[in-house]
Amino acid sequence: MRAAGREEQFCCTGCEAARAAILGCGLDRYYEMREGAEPVGVVDDRYAALDDPAFAERYVTAHAGGLCESRLCLQGVHCVACLWLLEKLPRHVAGLVSLELDLGRSVAVVRWDAAATTLSSVARSLARFGYPPHPVEPSEARSARSRSEKRQLAELGAAAALMGNVMLLAFALYSGEIEPTYERLFRWLSAGLGIASVAWPGRVFFRGAWAALRARSWHLDAPIAIALAVGSVAGLVNVVRGSGEIYFDSLTMLVLLLLIGRWLQARQQHRATEAVELLFSLTPRSVRRVEDDGSVREVPAEAVSRGDLVEVLAERSVPVDGVIESGRSRFDESALTGESAPIERGDGDTVAAGTTNLSSVVRVRVTASGRETRIGRILETVERLSRSRVPLIGSAERLAKPFVLTVVGLGLVCLVVHTLLSGVETAVEHTVALVIVVCPCAVSIATPLATSFAIGRLATRGILVKGGDVLEALAGSPAVVFDKTGTLTDGRFAVRETVGDASVWGVVAAAEAGVAHPVGRALARLVKRGVVDDGWVVPESVEVMSSRGVVAVAGGDEFVIGSKRLMRERGIAVDAWERLHGGSAVGARVLVARNGELVAEARLGDATRPESAASLSELRGFGWEASLASGDAPEPVARVADELGLGQGCGQAAAGVTPEGKRAMVEALRAGDGGSDADAGARDRRVVFVGDGVNDAAALAAADVGVAVHGGAEASMAAADVYLNRGGLGPLVELVRAARGVTSRVRWCLGLAATYNALAAGLALAGLVSPVVAAVLMPVSSLTVFSIAVGGGRRGLGRSEGA
Amino acid sequence: MGVLFVVIPIALLLAGLAVAAFMWMARSGQLDDLESPARRMLFDDDDR
Repeated sequence: MRAAGREEQFCCTGCEAARAAILGCGLDRYYEMREGAEPVGVVDDRYAALDDPAFAERYVTAHAGGLCESRLCLQGVHCVACLWLLEKLPRHVAGLVSLELDLGRSVAVVRWDAAATTLSSVARSLARFGYPPHPVEPSEARSARSRSEKRQLAELGAAAALMGNVMLLAFALYSGEIEPTYERLFRWLSAGLGIASVAWPGRVFFRGAWAALRARSWHLDAPIAIALAVGSVAGLVNVVRGSGEIYFDSLTMLVLLLLIGRWLQARQQHRATEAVELLFSLTPRSVRRVEDDGSVREVPAEAVSRGDLVEVLAERSVPVDGVIESGRSRFDESALTGESAPIERGDGDTVAAGTTNLSSVVRVRVTASGRETRIGRILETVERLSRSRVPLIGSAERLAKPFVLTVVGLGLVCLVVHTLLSGVETAVEHTVALVIVVCPCAVSIATPLATSFAIGRLATRGILVKGGDVLEALAGSPAVVFDKTGTLTDGRFAVRETVGDASVWGVVAAAEAGVAHPVGRALARLVKRGVVDDGWVVPESVEVMSSRGVVAVAGGDEFVIGSKRLMRERGIAVDAWERLHGGSAVGARVLVARNGELVAEARLGDATRPESAASLSELRGFGWEASLASGDAPEPVARVADELGLGQGCGQAAAGVTPEGKRAMVEALRAGDGGSDADAGARDRRVVFVGDGVNDAAALAAADVGVAVHGGAEASMAAADVYLNRGGLGPLVELVRAARGVTSRVRWCLGLAATYNALAAGLALAGLVSPVVAAVLMPVSSLTVFSIAVGGGRRGLGRSEGA
Repeated sequence: MGVLFVVIPIALLLAGLAVAAFMWMARSGQLDDLESPARRMLFDDDDR
């Protein structure tokens, strides 16, 4: 079709229809407005790096017969049609042997014939079909996770089969209409199957209890292990004796239900962790290395070493630490330092990996790469911190100690009392019934179930939770420390305020549209932000005055747009304007003069996200105490703190904080409230850190709950427990609401289970619990809890508060 | 009723086989991705 005076081609009639509809409604500015939309099928030379031996060593598995295999994360996979198209590709791409796509994860396993083609040409074909591939780094952690998940599933299957068979036998036994011979046979069979279930899939509980015992701590696995062990031994003794009750039906059921809860939770957590890891793979890791002959070649980041010369294109992130050899550009260093204003660097200046080159191409002599860079060292610290972190203790674990003590105490009382009343034999029987019936099965199921459902639902809303225990911490009233740049604010330069004649901004926006300078871009965005009503007023001529400003001619008027210095240079009187408007101005300023007279001014800065204030007040309503820690200069920090009411009352607002400082602040908050055992209430105060930059990574890892926000650096995503895939604090509030919903649901379940257990313990103490009653009561309580945890989870996410 | 002595071992053997099959499936990764294969079988292979 023809549009905007040129012939355009479309991939399909659907896209053509959409474009026609947009143009037909006069909405063609959509194409100016939309951000981050990449034209489909852009094939660049970045893929050349995939053929480098240094890359192959890490990412490619070689099979016999010249076949190679690699995992690629494909961008843009939506539906079955994509699956169909991608899996037909081997027929059309020479050398590609097979491609198997996992639709849920958007990960494809590709196999190709190394003699016939290269990975880079396979990658280019995929990109040409609209699925830009990103290599997925094989990680030891992921394969360990997948192994443990498979083992859990296999044992779950075994537990289910054993339980089913024991139940069949139990039905026959409970019916009472059974000949003694067969009764003996059935009892022996039940014992065999039951002990198999306890000893094989059920061994995780003994292992957990043993580990807790060795660490001298309390764990809910302990009462479960006690119940399983006591029940099995008593059951076996009774089978051998040929009389008395056997408990294997209850025990196998217990094992199955507990395993289901654990498996569900583990699976959801693995999903979330994997989703975060796949996001890592989207960051390009190739480097443009300048070879000795002067040519530029794409190589994997691993292949670059100290002393190499690399080229960094505009709008790409800097892959190495180094010194600029040629070129001059502006760098966004906010990820590393939190500094919101771009910094200009030229020959001989150092640049750091993880910063973004904003305006023009520079060549950098490498001083450190990979793990040696500053960001690499931060990542290492983060890994160390997260390995050594003490896991959060949830309320279920806190219940373990009183639980074990109560069970043991009640058991002893029961044993003694009934021995005195009616002899040892009856006493043992009643005690065993008691121990089994009060087993904290419901408690152990409620938490994982409710949590796994919440994590699953949050994941569909772009909130990735890597650990279930963090939900409970978020549901309390923790102290929270926010990073400023990119978290509370947009993280980029924007016009915050305009003063003077509003009619000039159309010209300014159009004149600055072609300027790569961050200030210019912020001014060009004025149009998109709706500040300018009439849209662009395209000037007849535009002259860029190096980095100080722009001179444009539009409609016969001459506009000078730029700094105070530029105005003085052009002989424009500034003083009168300054007296009128200059007093309260803060941050970067751009003046606009029309025909030699100042008429307007724009004030720029890192703008606060519009929803930050509302989100913060909601969090405060939950009892959160908010502080601010930023690496930025005091002035912008104070401004944001002021706007959002941070740093008043108990919170603090600190500026110029180093990464180490942020970590120290988090640790001080934890120690300040958690160090003294005297105040039990204050000990529960958790510390949440919310941030996005590399400079936040250490603090994220040190906090009880680290929350990385959208657009964050890889290091911060790795360090955090939660990753918000959408910008701003809105998702954080949503997460906290969900966490509160889960916690209140779990409390319900715990209350119910406690009531049930007290009741059952009373009955058992009185000797009224026959095994049939126990066998019915136990699954009834478990199923009640099951349905509360799951049923409550089905309700809408936003409204889950009161469940 | 004596037949139970024969039938029960057979039943358990079958159950054991089913469990073994399930465990093999879980371990070999057949249950990792439940979505794609279910869709894949619906594609026509006409132009093969």
